[in-house]
Amino acid sequence: MSTVYALLFIVATIVLVLGLARKIVQYAKTPAPLKIPTTPAPVTQTGVVMRMFREVVFFESLFKSTKWTWIFSWMFHMGLFVVLARHVRYFVDPVPLPIALIQPFGIYAGFAMVAGLGGLFLRRIFVDRVRYISAPSDYLMLLLLIFIGFSGLMMTFLIHTDVVMVKQFFGGLFTFSGGELPMDFALIMHLTLVAVLMIILPFSKLLHIPGIFFSPSRNQVDNPREKRHLAPWAKKLEES
Amino acid sequence: MAKAKFETPELSEFVDVPNIEEGAMAHTTCFVAKPEHQEPLGFPGEKVDDWHDRAIEKMGDLLSRYRSFRVYLDSCVKCGSCTDKCHYFLGTKDPKNMPVGRQDLLRKVYRRYFTFAGKYFPKLVGAADLTEEVLDDWYSYFHQCSQCRRCSVFCPYGIDTAEISMAAREIMAQVGVGQKYCNEIIAKVFKIGNNLGLPGPALADTLEGLEEDVYDEDEVAVKYPLDVKGADILLVTPSADFFAEPHVDGLIGYGKVFHEAGVSWTLSTTASEAANFGMFIGSYENMRRISLRVREAALELGVKRIVFGECGHAWRVAYSFLNTLAGPFDFLDPDYPVPQHICEFTWNEIQQGTLELDKSENDDKTLTFHDSCNVARATRMGDTPGGQFDIPRNVIKAVCNNFYDMEWDTIHERTFCCGGGGGLLTDDLMEIRVKGALPRMTALQNVMNEKGVTHMAAICAICKSQFTKVLPYYGMDMYQIVSVHQLVSDAIVLNRKTPPEEAPGYGEDDDD
Ligand code: HEM
Ligand code: SF4
Ligand code: SF4
Repeated sequence: MSTVYALLFIVATIVLVLGLARKIVQYAKTPAPLKIPTTPAPVTQTGVVMRMFREVVFFESLFKSTKWTWIFSWMFHMGLFVVLARHVRYFVDPVPLPIALIQPFGIYAGFAMVAGLGGLFLRRIFVDRVRYISAPSDYLMLLLLIFIGFSGLMMTFLIHTDVVMVKQFFGGLFTFSGGELPMDFALIMHLTLVAVLMIILPFSKLLHIPGIFFSPSRNQVDNPREKRHLAPWAKKLEES
Repeated sequence: MAKAKFETPELSEFVDVPNIEEGAMAHTTCFVAKPEHQEPLGFPGEKVDDWHDRAIEKMGDLLSRYRSFRVYLDSCVKCGSCTDKCHYFLGTKDPKNMPVGRQDLLRKVYRRYFTFAGKYFPKLVGAADLTEEVLDDWYSYFHQCSQCRRCSVFCPYGIDTAEISMAAREIMAQVGVGQKYCNEIIAKVFKIGNNLGLPGPALADTLEGLEEDVYDEDEVAVKYPLDVKGADILLVTPSADFFAEPHVDGLIGYGKVFHEAGVSWTLSTTASEAANFGMFIGSYENMRRISLRVREAALELGVKRIVFGECGHAWRVAYSFLNTLAGPFDFLDPDYPVPQHICEFTWNEIQQGTLELDKSENDDKTLTFHDSCNVARATRMGDTPGGQFDIPRNVIKAVCNNFYDMEWDTIHERTFCCGGGGGLLTDDLMEIRVKGALPRMTALQNVMNEKGVTHMAAICAICKSQFTKVLPYYGMDMYQIVSVHQLVSDAIVLNRKTPPEEAPGYGEDDDD
């Protein structure tokens, strides 16, 4: 059984890395022929970096819009971020200091994440506008994350898993030396769902993760009069 | 005017976010372009037999040429943040007028043909085949988007529905289903030089008429020159400025400002149009062709600077795209930005003290200012971000004593579209135009009640035409909408007097 899981995680990692890399290359290669930053926009590259930072860390535009969505969404994402950072300790030894420092917050973060996801789920069901735009995959994505968070919290509070064994298993994955995975329900569910998440990520709306960095309305400098901007295919029009 | 085919929404103090009403606007579409409107633009005259395959092929082509299109189609998480931000949704309740609802009309087809999930699990991810019905929906709802970008302000990824609408219109035009209003106008620009089809002699007549009017009133010969070689400034302005109200009062104002600033300037017959509807139909090629006229006119007339008159989308194409489409402008005076907005020009002169302004001339009015969407969310004026909000207001405040802004969430980058932008300024789309104006009309009514505002100034030809038509539906007066440079025109004191022999008509026989 552990071998199956070892394989699953190797496959999931390959799909995630290659799938995302393919998308990133595709986005990077597709030209943005016109200057379309949503203005007022920064007039320097530094300004753009700051704008992007505010979008990625604080969800600035969402904050301008709908406070409830912002609260739930930010709780979920920041929770997820802290939880993911906390997970680093399963994969590396010795544990780096910053990761060790956030350990105590990790538990609150787990709750914040699930609570945020719950709020988003309710919003999707009860706000008629959001219900209208939701496909089955939109609900399933939230459920998937909720179950991942839930099974994780279960292991933390109810049925403790042998963390040392888990660590050996993932350590073994990197060195291909094998290792046994403890077979309890919460862990199996947690890991299966995480693998599923990794596999669907490059094929789903989770492409918002690379997408935000490539969004021309957010990542362009507002300097069209000062600097001529020309896409390669547009240049060809000039030569003909 | 056949008015009562639909109900004008009632104004109240707030615009409530409505519950959705599916299909509320499905009946609204605009006239399809005829072959004579399509062909001059390089599109097939009629709907082609293999439209389905060609549409998908065109979509693939756009995906490879526009990063915005690709990234926006992939990135939406259906968070709903944009759903209540579109004036057309607020005014019609139709969920396909929610920005994401509009995008999804195209996104479901994108997913079906271009993504793994949509190819193999269409139901799961809401993917759908491109059918006749879907194409009809595209035609209806992508012509109910004024490409105002309000949605992109509030989307966490900046997804701009305008980009999707432009792409959809480009795809439709390429399979022979273009929009009559835009394409007919573009064909006119190619043939005659401007949207209204005003030929050179008519233009010269009109300008001469303006000179006489100004002289009659002020006894100063302000010139409105056409095709003058060697002038310093080429003014490119929307053709509505030549005769529509209140646009023409703005043009009179530009002339007075140039006169008092003591600069030489000219209009051009071949570039007698600032508007560029190539943007509305999402066609880079057509937009470029229209823009090149400006370059050619500047070269031919040997000017040093280019200034654009009051027009919203025109300023977007000018400010954001002109350098790309028709640059580089290294033959112009490098001391000035290319192009400049007339408000930038006037504000500079005001700061330098070259203009004498008598604000009391506008004391009969209390003003507010409508930020035009393309100016607000797709351009800048001056050197600092947000100059596009401050500079027009500074100009107004320099010529008027009474000015109040509308509510904060309806101005600046949150401004609401007039309802007639993006190629919707046509009578066949009257219903959506009236309903889409609801949020702006509400904010205007509030500032009228609370601050005693009497007039709303704008710097866009489309906004001005739209409000002139739509204000009466809401029980207001069409003359409440004014040009910014009309206010300047009223306040400016003409100190450069004219020697009598330069007066218009001097020495001619007075035969009328
Ligand atoms: C660069 C990092 C990221 C940024 C800036 C970001 C930002 C956002 C924002 C602003 C939203 C919209 C609000 C909402 O509906 O929640 C969102 C939604 C979402 N994000 Fe992220 N995100 C990031 C990474 C991730 C990651 C790593 C995951 C999970 C694996 C994720 C999963 C989701 C999901 C599932 C939604 C949809 C929520 C819903 O259905 O309402 N995001 N993201
Ligand atoms: S661009 Fe403007 S009109 Fe179009 S969907 Fe967005 S908000 Fe509505
Ligand atoms: S705000 Fe952006 S991500 Fe959210 S539903 Fe609208 S388009 Fe999609």
